[in-house]
Amino acid sequence: MANDTLSAMRQSIIDGAPEIASDLAQQALTDGLAPIDAINNGYVPGMHDVGEQFARGQMFLPDMMASAEAMRAAMAVLDPELRKLGTERPMAGVVLLGTTKGDIHEIGKILVGTMLTAHGFEVHDLGVDVAGEKFAAKARELKADIIGVSALLTTTMRNQKSVVDALAKEGLRSQVKIMVGGAPVTRRWAEEIGADGYAKDAMSAVALAQELMQQKMETTEL
Amino acid sequence: MRPKLELLDKPLIERILDEAFQLIEDPGVRVAPYVEDLLRSAGITVKERVAHIPEALARRLLDLAPRGFCLYDRLGKPAVQYGGEAVHFDPGSSCLNILDPETRQPRPAMSADLVRLVQVTEMLPQFAAQSTAMVCNDVPPEIGDWYRLLLVLWYSEKPIVTGAFSAQTLHTLIDLLAIESRGREALRRHPRAVFDVCPSPPLNWSEFASQNLADLARAGVPAEIVSMPLAGATAPVTLVGSVVQHAAECISGITIHQLAQPGAPIVWGGAPAIFDMRTGKTPMGAIETAMLDVACSQVGKYLGLPTHAYLVAGDGRVIDAQVEMESGMSVVLGALAGINMISGAGMLDFLACHSIEKLVIDAEAIASAQRLLEGIQPRGVSLAVDLFAQTGLGGDFLKLKETRALFRKEQHFPSAVIDRGLPAPDGTSPDILQRARHRVDELVSSYQRHALPNEVEQELLAFAQREAESAGLEGLPGVLVPEFDHEPNVIR
Repeated sequence: MANDTLSAMRQSIIDGAPEIASDLAQQALTDGLAPIDAINNGYVPGMHDVGEQFARGQMFLPDMMASAEAMRAAMAVLDPELRKLGTERPMAGVVLLGTTKGDIHEIGKILVGTMLTAHGFEVHDLGVDVAGEKFAAKARELKADIIGVSALLTTTMRNQKSVVDALAKEGLRSQVKIMVGGAPVTRRWAEEIGADGYAKDAMSAVALAQELMQQKMETTEL
Repeated sequence: MRPKLELLDKPLIERILDEAFQLIEDPGVRVAPYVEDLLRSAGITVKERVAHIPEALARRLLDLAPRGFCLYDRLGKPAVQYGGEAVHFDPGSSCLNILDPETRQPRPAMSADLVRLVQVTEMLPQFAAQSTAMVCNDVPPEIGDWYRLLLVLWYSEKPIVTGAFSAQTLHTLIDLLAIESRGREALRRHPRAVFDVCPSPPLNWSEFASQNLADLARAGVPAEIVSMPLAGATAPVTLVGSVVQHAAECISGITIHQLAQPGAPIVWGGAPAIFDMRTGKTPMGAIETAMLDVACSQVGKYLGLPTHAYLVAGDGRVIDAQVEMESGMSVVLGALAGINMISGAGMLDFLACHSIEKLVIDAEAIASAQRLLEGIQPRGVSLAVDLFAQTGLGGDFLKLKETRALFRKEQHFPSAVIDRGLPAPDGTSPDILQRARHRVDELVSSYQRHALPNEVEQELLAFAQREAESAGLEGLPGVLVPEFDHEPNVIR
């Protein structure tokens, strides 16, 4: 029964069906399934499948948006229960996301945020047209591990460097990893501006964030 | 007859316009405080920075926009005709990277790269206009927009497609043009440049774009709306839905512009694209992107306005069959659509990279498209009978005087970039990239700069040096200055 339920949860994410995802979460609570099990063994594997299929070109952005919506619907039911029980998901890291100053595009950033959340990161989305100083101030306030800066335009990708500079100016550069992405952005550009990594899509952003957290922990241990 | 491509019938264009007029009234168009009073003074309701533009007013303002205008070259001759069926090409603009011909890898573009591109463009008759093609990474970003224009003014006599990166620097660009034209009034009478102004999709005229529209109109310098709906992401997923949004963005932009200065020259332009649902990229070489450009310009032409589009770009990362297939197809489609100014040649990798070698290859595709537009024409009393009367069934047409008289009109002869079987001087068989590199070298070595009048050069340099110094730049990279001993010297 539990396996069937978990499988249905996974499928609700793949199908991008928020109502079903929400109903299943509600039903799981009624049936006494631990919320953390529903998340980790039902919904997150679904999101992982979606990410993998997307990376293989078998699922498309609208599908992924729908899956993210289903994930949010399930979490809206399960999160309050988690808090009541005092059992939190092990948090993979704190990530600040935003689109760079002068740029108002956010689809890519939203997808990255969705995938990072699904993989256990605590994501704070600062929105669009975000100045480097704001990234730095929020990073200090929220004790961010990683900042992700998106840019869609060649004219605004230059402002990704201002985030790197702002963190350095605030003395936060050694504590906060910076990853960049967006249509015109390349690995070479990331290196040039002194960012810690470049991700070409939402799935690789997850892998990169995990790698950056690993690097951060190794540095801290040293 | 001139061949022509249309994708929309009249009833569909009327529906597109009808819905576009609906959109600019409800939900309306986001505008900046800079133009709110201007809009309110015309009776437009502006609430919470959203303008609700009535159709009747928008139609009246559309009627005020000129049906056509000219851009002039440095010598004051009309060189680009916006309006009607004229078709012109210019290179793509504002690229940060260049494809290095040696390493075949992209690298940041420098002022020397832009100079080289301008020189090549100057030598190619396929390009009626220059563009401020690259952002030079060896100058501070805050002066990046006007510095491109300085280099183009320095090295070119052709009209220019340009644009500012901020509301403030727009006036620096206009000042540079005014120095070259010897005054703002002269610039207004004989504009050398058109300025791209981009709304943010959907239906948003930002502070920068609103101010650019109004200030350009007041300065009498032509503006070119570059509406960029991304079908499925920042615009409806259907092509026709995106054409509606494009029309709404252009009409609302023209409303702002014509209210600022009735009769000021403006272009119905754009860089629409589909949004790739697998990658989130915006493929400029996709057939649907070209279809959007053709359809959007058709709506503009239906209104009788000058038109612009962004084509001739490929999406691959290197110069290869894909990139040139995409570029070549869209050249032909844009030309057949009769779009007045087609920007984008030389660009690849989703507009992230420029290539001078691709520019010379694209020039060949453009020349072919220009030949296509000349169509098939009768050139004698009979079409073929008179010629057969001379040759009989022997068919020796090569000897006929008509053959010699007409073959240059009938056939376009591409440069050595196109392999038509002519042997290379060294007996080798160079590939397309090698041929393009050779062509670029050839064009650059035969380029000769025509100096501006001395007093204009001095004023231009003094202005540029003052502006550059205030941004912390020493010297003017890429600019050659004639010294008293007449030896060229690079200021650095």
